[in-house]
Amino acid sequence: MWHFVSPRIVFGEASLSSLEEISMSRALVVTDKNLVQIGLVEPVLDRIKKSGCEVLVFDDVEPDPTLAAVELGKKAANDFQPDWIIGLGGGSPMDTAKAIWVLYERPDLIPAEINPFIHLGLREKSRLITIPTTSGTGAEITWAIVLTDSENKRKMGLGNRENAADIALVDPALASGMPPQLTADTGLDALTHAVEGFICTWHTDITDGLCLNAAREILQYLPTAYEASQSDNPTKEHFQLAREKMHNAATSAGMGFGNAMASLAHAMGHVLGSVFHIPHGRAVGLCLPYTIEFASRGEDPSQINTLARILGIKGSKTKIGGEFSAALRDLAKTVENPISLAEMGLDKKTYTEQLEKMVDDAFNDTQIITAPRAPSYQELEKLFQYVYDGQPVDF
Amino acid sequence: MAHKFPSDEWVKAVRELLNSSDSYQRSAKDWEGDFIFVVEPDEVYADTAYLHLELYHGSSPGAAMVDPDNLPETEYAINAPFSTWRKVIDGKLDPIQGMMTGQLKLKGNLMKIMRYPKAAQEIVACCAKVPTD
Repeated sequence: MWHFVSPRIVFGEASLSSLEEISMSRALVVTDKNLVQIGLVEPVLDRIKKSGCEVLVFDDVEPDPTLAAVELGKKAANDFQPDWIIGLGGGSPMDTAKAIWVLYERPDLIPAEINPFIHLGLREKSRLITIPTTSGTGAEITWAIVLTDSENKRKMGLGNRENAADIALVDPALASGMPPQLTADTGLDALTHAVEGFICTWHTDITDGLCLNAAREILQYLPTAYEASQSDNPTKEHFQLAREKMHNAATSAGMGFGNAMASLAHAMGHVLGSVFHIPHGRAVGLCLPYTIEFASRGEDPSQINTLARILGIKGSKTKIGGEFSAALRDLAKTVENPISLAEMGLDKKTYTEQLEKMVDDAFNDTQIITAPRAPSYQELEKLFQYVYDGQPVDF
Repeated sequence: MAHKFPSDEWVKAVRELLNSSDSYQRSAKDWEGDFIFVVEPDEVYADTAYLHLELYHGSSPGAAMVDPDNLPETEYAINAPFSTWRKVIDGKLDPIQGMMTGQLKLKGNLMKIMRYPKAAQEIVACCAKVPTD
């Protein structure tokens, strides 16, 4: 027995206009200051206000949102008493919006208590809309909430099925202006969701198709979307098509992995994010080729081999995992992302000093439990070293 | 030698495996909190059994099948019918998925368990390693 959870998804060109059809009286928009500054919040507010809805913008969300930001947002919600909360942005604002919503509805809880085993009883005071402005996190779909415990430099994986949004508005226009680095990072994040959603031990018949299609679309369209981000004429038809395909693929991957799980690249990537502040998509995308290589050398690489074959990767049963990893590294190079931590200029001494903590933290990340090949402590330490050096996995 | 599940010998065999597991010792080095596994009757098992597993700082100081009239106070209890427990032991049901879908009912501080996924995985791995009838 398992569940599949998804918001109602409104997607495609002009889907933002569907905001005008939703009956709201008080809307709390959770976003960040950068999005306000670059003008992505205004069109959302314009549409909400058309129906006479009162709006409060909470824009104190920062990358790797902290418990403190959630507390501030909870206070804003308690003061404003919204009947809708809108998470607008990348993963950080959307995850923060989910957490604020839960704590607004359930003031008796602290963030660390938001877990999948309890009944939350949400939707008594308000409902949630998510609107992604990047093509990567899938946070518009998933019920996961990732917050940072800044005191312990650790990511906290929280969430409950009930806190998936009611409506996700997936309008490609909002992500069409992403700069090159953000396009690359978020695209590799979406690819990691698609791949790990397919190979993790919690994958299902229902999620496999979503992950598979998302992986295929991302491999095909990410290079063009990246090119679009550098172009003087990003409105060219093939650029717009690539942007829209990437936006939809990120949402599909979110539906896939969000109803299965991610895996080892996420457990390792979360640690790199919390210790060295490497952006999430870059961190998980960087780890993915290594974790694929590692899993493909395990007892049962059949799911990885199946994915690789369907994606058109050639190679014998024993070699195809390595070929798949090579293709993933090639894609990273195409979008000018690093394929090792050394290449990123991270200091080796600092890295080595943190290794023991990193291994312990990765083992205490919930995503590790669904790894298709469970590493030992020694193997995980070695994997972190290989990710630093850029050495293909040979164990 | 295969052990009957549930039985005193079976839970003691789990304890032995935990105490010889380096991975468990490291992943649960800060853990404090005993468990009672409650095996409930179903169509293939008529009784109710209580398996007590003591867990403290990466080791298991004690384990026993206990009398229902003399249940020790524990921080955690997991209840499930016999057949569901067998699925967990046989590796056919992931215990966390089991808890998320209500097939295994957990009582206790969930926040704490969520911080120790590797330790939980090691306990299940040790249960699966015990030769079981």
